[in-house]
Amino acid sequence: MSFAVVALVLILLSVFTDLLAPVRARLGNVSAPLYWLVDLPRTVLEWGQEGIRSRSSLVEENASMRAQLLIHERKLQQMAVLAAENVRLRELLNSTAMVTDRVLVAELIGVSPDPLVHRVIINKGASDGVYVGQPLLDAAGLMGQVVEVSRYSSQVLLITDSTHALPVQVNRNGVRTVVEGIGDFHRLNIRHLSNTVDIRVGDLLVSSGLGQLFPVGYPVAEVIEVERDPGEPFARVTARPQAQLNRSRHVLLVFSGEIPVEDSAGGN
Amino acid sequence: MVAAEAHNRFIIPLTYCVGLLTAIYPLAPELAWWRPALLPLLVIYWVLVMPEQISILMIWCFGCLLDILLGASLGQHSLGLMVIAYLCLLSYQRVRNYRLWHQSFFVFIFIGLYQLIGNWVHSLNGSAARSLVFLLPALSSALLWPLLWVLLERLRIGQRVS
Repeated sequence: MSFAVVALVLILLSVFTDLLAPVRARLGNVSAPLYWLVDLPRTVLEWGQEGIRSRSSLVEENASMRAQLLIHERKLQQMAVLAAENVRLRELLNSTAMVTDRVLVAELIGVSPDPLVHRVIINKGASDGVYVGQPLLDAAGLMGQVVEVSRYSSQVLLITDSTHALPVQVNRNGVRTVVEGIGDFHRLNIRHLSNTVDIRVGDLLVSSGLGQLFPVGYPVAEVIEVERDPGEPFARVTARPQAQLNRSRHVLLVFSGEIPVEDSAGGN
Repeated sequence: MVAAEAHNRFIIPLTYCVGLLTAIYPLAPELAWWRPALLPLLVIYWVLVMPEQISILMIWCFGCLLDILLGASLGQHSLGLMVIAYLCLLSYQRVRNYRLWHQSFFVFIFIGLYQLIGNWVHSLNGSAARSLVFLLPALSSALLWPLLWVLLERLRIGQRVS
C-alpha cells in the first residue's frame, strides 16, 4: 500500500512540478539501448534487403537520384540570385540579415508506443549539443521540439500531440495564428480564428517564429478544411501536417543562430 | 512457518524484462490500441501463483522503468501495477481456482482498472483518450490470458520456480 502512495506522490510531483526532470534525464539513458534492441529485427531485415539488391534496381535508383539532383541544382542556381537579391532588399529596408540555421542530421530510433502520446526518440543527445526546446524538421516540414535530453538520445514531442501548439502564419497573406495538435497524425486544429479571417483550403501555414522557439519560415501544415458557421463565434479550420510524421526516419535538428532560450521547456 | 527455499527465482524478473520489451516493440499505428499489456499480465500471473514469494518492490521498480521507457509521468504505471498486485493478493485464493475463461474475465477487469488509472494520469497532463478506446488493451489482454497462463505454467513447472 505504501508503494502505491509513493507512486501517487511521484505522479503528482511529475505532473505539477519540474522537480523530477533531472532524475528523468539521468534515468532516460536506459531507454535508448532498449529501443535499439526492439528495433534490431527491423534493422537486420533492412540491412539484408540493402545487401542483396539487384544491380538493375541500383542502376535505376542511381539514375532517378541523378535526375533529382539535377532538378535541385537548377533550383539552387536561382536560389543564389534570389538570396543575393533578398539581402539587397533587406539592406534597403534597413532590417537585420537572415540568420542561416545550422542543422544536425539525426535518426529516429523509436516511437512512443502509447497511442495517446506522440513522441519519438532520436539518436542524438546532450553529447551532440542537443538542448530542450530545439526544433526538429524532416525534408518536408516541421516535426516537433525536443522535450527531454539524455546523454546519447533525446525525446521529441511531435506537433500533433494533443499537448502541443505552435505559432504559425499563413504564407499567402501573413495572418498569424496558432495550430494545435489533437492526437491525430494527419490533422491539426486552428482554434479561435474568427469567421471573417481570410484563410482558404490549400493555404500553406509556415512557422512564424513568434514563440521564440521555432525558426521562422519552415512549412508546418496545409489547410484542408475551413468551415464557417455563422452561429459559431469562430471558424473551424483543420490542417494537415507537411512533415511525414509517421514515416520519416532521417530528421534534422536545427540550431538557431542565437543562444538557445533558457527555461523554455514548457513553452510551446 | 518455514519459508520454502528459493529456486530459479531469477526467472520472474526475466519475464518482466520481456514484458517491458513488448511494451515498446514498434507496432503499426492502427494496431497500437490492441497491444496487450504484457507486464501487468505477468504481474497478475506471478502474484496469483506465488503470492507469498513475490517482491512488491521489484514490481514497483519495473513500473517506474516502464514509465521512463514510455516517457510517461513517473509513477503512472507503478501505481497501476500496485493496484493490480493488491487486488490479486486479496483475491488469489478464489481467482487461481477458476477456469481459464473465468480468469480472463477477472483479468479484463484488472487490466481495465490499470488502463483507467493510466488514463486518469494522462488526463492530468491534458492528453486523455476521448472515448472508451483506452479499454481495448484490456480486451486483447483478456484474450491473450489463457495462452499466456498455459505457457507460463509450463515454464514455471519446467524450471521448478519456487
